[in-house]
This record gives sequence, structure tokens and C-alpha cells, in this order.
Amino acid sequence: MLSMPPSLRVKWCIFRTSIAERLAYRADFAFATLIRFLPIVTQVFLWGAIYQASGPRDERVINSYTYGDMVAYSLLVMVGRAFSSMPGLTTGIARDIRDGTIKKFLTQPVDMLDYLFWHRVAHKLVYYVIAFVPFALVFWLCGDYFRGFPSAGTLFAFGISLVLAFLVGFLIESLMGLVAFWFLEVSSLVFVYMLISYFLSGHMLPLDWLPPSLGYWIQLLPFKYLAFTPAAVLLEKYSHQQLVIELVMGCVWVAVLYLLNRLALSRGLMRYSAYGG
Amino acid sequence: MPIIEVSNLAKHYRVYQKRAGWMSSLTGLFHREYKQVRAVRDVSFQIERGEMVAFLGPNGAGKTTTLKLLSGLIHPTSGTATVLGYVPWHRENAYRKRFSLVMGQKNQLWWDLPAQESFILHREIYAIEPTQFQRRLDELTDLLEVRKLVGQPVRELSLGERMRMELIAALLHSPEVLLLDEPTIGLDVVSQRKVQGFLRHYQVEQQMTVLLTSHYMKDVEALCRRAIIINEGEIKHDGPLAEIIDRFSSVKQIELQFAGSEVPDDIERYGRVVERVPPRVKLEVPRHEIPRVLAALLDRYTIEDVGVQERPLEEVIAELFARKPDAREGEDA
Repeated sequence: MLSMPPSLRVKWCIFRTSIAERLAYRADFAFATLIRFLPIVTQVFLWGAIYQASGPRDERVINSYTYGDMVAYSLLVMVGRAFSSMPGLTTGIARDIRDGTIKKFLTQPVDMLDYLFWHRVAHKLVYYVIAFVPFALVFWLCGDYFRGFPSAGTLFAFGISLVLAFLVGFLIESLMGLVAFWFLEVSSLVFVYMLISYFLSGHMLPLDWLPPSLGYWIQLLPFKYLAFTPAAVLLEKYSHQQLVIELVMGCVWVAVLYLLNRLALSRGLMRYSAYGG
Repeated sequence: MPIIEVSNLAKHYRVYQKRAGWMSSLTGLFHREYKQVRAVRDVSFQIERGEMVAFLGPNGAGKTTTLKLLSGLIHPTSGTATVLGYVPWHRENAYRKRFSLVMGQKNQLWWDLPAQESFILHREIYAIEPTQFQRRLDELTDLLEVRKLVGQPVRELSLGERMRMELIAALLHSPEVLLLDEPTIGLDVVSQRKVQGFLRHYQVEQQMTVLLTSHYMKDVEALCRRAIIINEGEIKHDGPLAEIIDRFSSVKQIELQFAGSEVPDDIERYGRVVERVPPRVKLEVPRHEIPRVLAALLDRYTIEDVGVQERPLEEVIAELFARKPDAREGEDA
């Protein structure tokens, strides 16, 4: 660690301290990790019922997805959301702005977004380590729904798409948190975001099920990177060329959202009133 | 050359004015009334290296706002300020490495972790050389008597212990300027004295420049020789603490203990009775009449003990603050 450049050492230290913090409440954390698997069980049963009602057994295909494809899609969406959802990030930033706790980022030689980013990376990493066994179990139980083991190239692209899911999710939610510089309270914004991202990210339905006129516009938005893109990549829904375009566009969205975050932070700090004593 | 230079600094806020009741809440959705609050008005002062200055004023006077401006938390509406040659609200890292802000009501340590984890993070953030860090940490934990507590989660510490940990975190990087906002708020007398004693010792040793706000006059009297009094966003006094009493109090107190068990009934003719616990009485008498009144009392009564003293600083300042209404009232709509 001593040989690291100072800026990397700070990131590493934030990361390490955040891991220690995440493990402070072990029981709550373990419970929260396990409880996140419940929705997937209901989804599997729900899609089972929908497909059963859709026609004779041999013709049970909806928009080119068989029941097995749909279960696989749902599982992969769950993985995508595990990377892109940022519980408490928006409300945490807003709370810090509202009650003045943000002062520690402004008076110390540390970048607030950088700090929050490594803090979140640490929390996610702890989550993945703890959730690895239940995830592996669920995928093993549902292994028959997948069409064979993906190629190394597909797995590599899937890995990139998950990184993009994390970055896009982090940047959208931190941007919403920074809105608190103007509105102080963002809980309604968070609620609206949860509603629309559930639909626009492909969490509710695969985005390629939407009518082309609507689907075209929705696919131009960054929300698909939160869930749909990682699932579509692993299910090999994209051609090679499409895959490259999707991943490059994801990087473009990360850059755009990053710049928007920087802009919101610098403008927000100009009007910040340091409330809360 | 002054370390802190403030010139005509002003900060105005726009504050939403809501009347009571649900109808007001409803109309507030469409039309809101705001008023302009002048939290700081054309404040100017200079502080030299190694000075420890008290920044006094009633709630809402503009003290904390001034500290927030000097620490770069907020931008001013007008005016200029430099600290160590830096404009605080430019938030340059070079400046942020050379000062600290401690707010008694704000926590910057990681709540669920032992304070030592936060200290290590500070070591990296401020790029403190490890041996220097350890030496300073040992020194500070010894001085503040918390060495055994650094491994305990912050949430499990008492308020006094937590405040001392906050001070350690703020001082680990040896700041040249320390801005203290109510560092002893809510602490018991023992903790207050520990913090006071520490600050007095450490400030002298390190020659730190300190600007302190506190409502506890004991803090101020124990630590500062100079005081800046701010009220309604304006500076009312800037000079030695001792001058405050001369300048703002026209009376002194005479404390008498009469022989026997009673206080004479007509004692009011000599001055205003502040306290009467027979056979003792405390009178408030105009400064210039002290010799005459004292002579008359000694001539007329048998007095066992006598003392003449200034009014407590706290009383003088409280009276000074009470002369005008709260700064946040009566502003322009």
C-alpha cells in the first residue's frame, strides 16, 4: 500500500473502511441479502402462469421468448439490478445536503463523488461476496432454462455490461441526490425513478417486447443498461456489431452522466446554504 | 501579515415564509412569499497568526455563517476574505489541508466504526507521514485522555468522548487555522474543562490561529483574550475581552456580609439588590459611585466582609445581546 500513489491510497482506504462499515451490522446485512431473492421466486411462478395461459404447450412462445428464456431473462435482470441498484444513495446525498453533513466533503481535501463511489463499490463487493452462494444456488437450480454455457466472448461482454450497469446506476442515483441542492427533498423523485426505471430498464418486461415506435425511443435512454442490456448480452440477443454499439453507447452514457454529476455538484455548491447549524 | 482577513463580507439568504395552517400550505403550492435574511452584513476583521479569538453573538447573529464562509462551505453575497492567503470558497485542496472546521453539532467520524478507522482515513486524505501520524495520534489521545477509547465504535462513546475524538480528527494534520463552532455544546462540566484545557495548551504549543464561537462564557474566558461580538450580522465590538465589561457595563457589584443575621431593610437606597441571602447581599452600583457608596455603607453598618467585583461577563454579554431583536426578524420582505 505504501508504494501506491497518494490518490489511489485514499481510494483504497475509503474502500477498506467502507467494507468494515458494511460488516458492522452483520445480521441486518445477511437478512437483507437473502430477502432480495424472494421477488425472483414470485416472478418465476408469475411467468409460469402467464405462459400456461398463452396457448398449447408446444406454442408457448411470447415475442420469441419461451418460458425458459423468460426465466433466464428474469434471473439475469436480477443480476443486473444487483449491480445497478443503489439503495440509499440518492436519499443519503439529499440528507447530507439537508442536514449539513456534507461539510466533511467540502472542508477536507477529498472529492465527494469519488468518496461516494468507492464507498458504494465496497458495499457492493461485500454484497456480491455474501450473495455469491445463494446466487450460485439459484442459477444451478434454474440451469435448465439457459441454452448452454455462454462463450468466453459473451461472458466478457456480460462482465462489461455489468460494470456499465453499476456505473450508470450510480451516476443516475447520485445525480438525483444532487438535485437536493435545489429542492432539498427528493423522496418523490426517488419514487418516480423507481417506477419508471422498473419499466424503462426492462425489469418489468424485456424491452424488445415493446412496439418498435416506443421501443426505439426507450432504447435510446440510459435506463436499459440497468437491467435489460446485461440480460440481453448473456442471452446473445445482440449481433456482434450491435453488441459493440450497445457497449460503446453505454460508455457514452457513463461519460454524459458523469459530466452532468460534475455540473450539478459545482452548480449546487454555488447555491448551497449549509443548512443545519 | 494577518492570517485571516475579512473585508465587507456579506451573506444574504432568501427564506420561504409560511403562515400556519393547511390553507397556507395549499396556497404555498402556487405562490410563495420569501424574505431576504441578511445573515452577515459587511463584516470586516483581521486575525494574526497564533491569535485565539472568540466570536460571540446571540443565536442567528451570523457567527456560524461567518465560519461557514471562512471554511469555504458557502459563497458570500459580497465582500472578500482570505485565510492563509486563500479565498476559502474556491475550495483549493492546498487550503483544505491547512485548516480544520469543528462543529459541535456535526459528526464527521464514521458512526459505526471505531474512531481509529476514521483517523487512518484522515492520514491518507491529508497524506500524513505514518510515523508523524502515530506520534501525533499518541500525543492527542494522551492529552485528551481517550487513548483507550480509539478502538470503540463511535456510536458507543459519550458525547464528551465523541467531541474529543472529533478534535483529534480535526488536528491530526496539524492545521494552521482552526475554526471551532460551539465545541463544548452539550458537554458536562468535566468534559468542558478537559476540552478547554486541551485547546489552551495545544493552541499555545502549536501557535495555531483559532476562531471560536461559543455560548459558554467559561470557554471564552478560559481561552481567548480578544473577542469579536457580532449581532444582527454586524460587528459590535472587536477588541480585548476585558474591554467588553468596561465598555458595555456601567455598573459594578458590591458584595457585603453584615454582622448578625439580617440585611438592613433600607439597603436598596445604596444600589440595586441583585441577590439577598441574609446576612449577605449583592448590590449593583454605578461605577463612578462605588467609592462614595462603599464609604457610606462602612460608615453606617457593621460589615464583616466586603468585595467589589465586575459583573460576570456572561451577564454583560447577555444584556448586550438582548438590546436588539433577533437578527432573523424584521428583515426585508
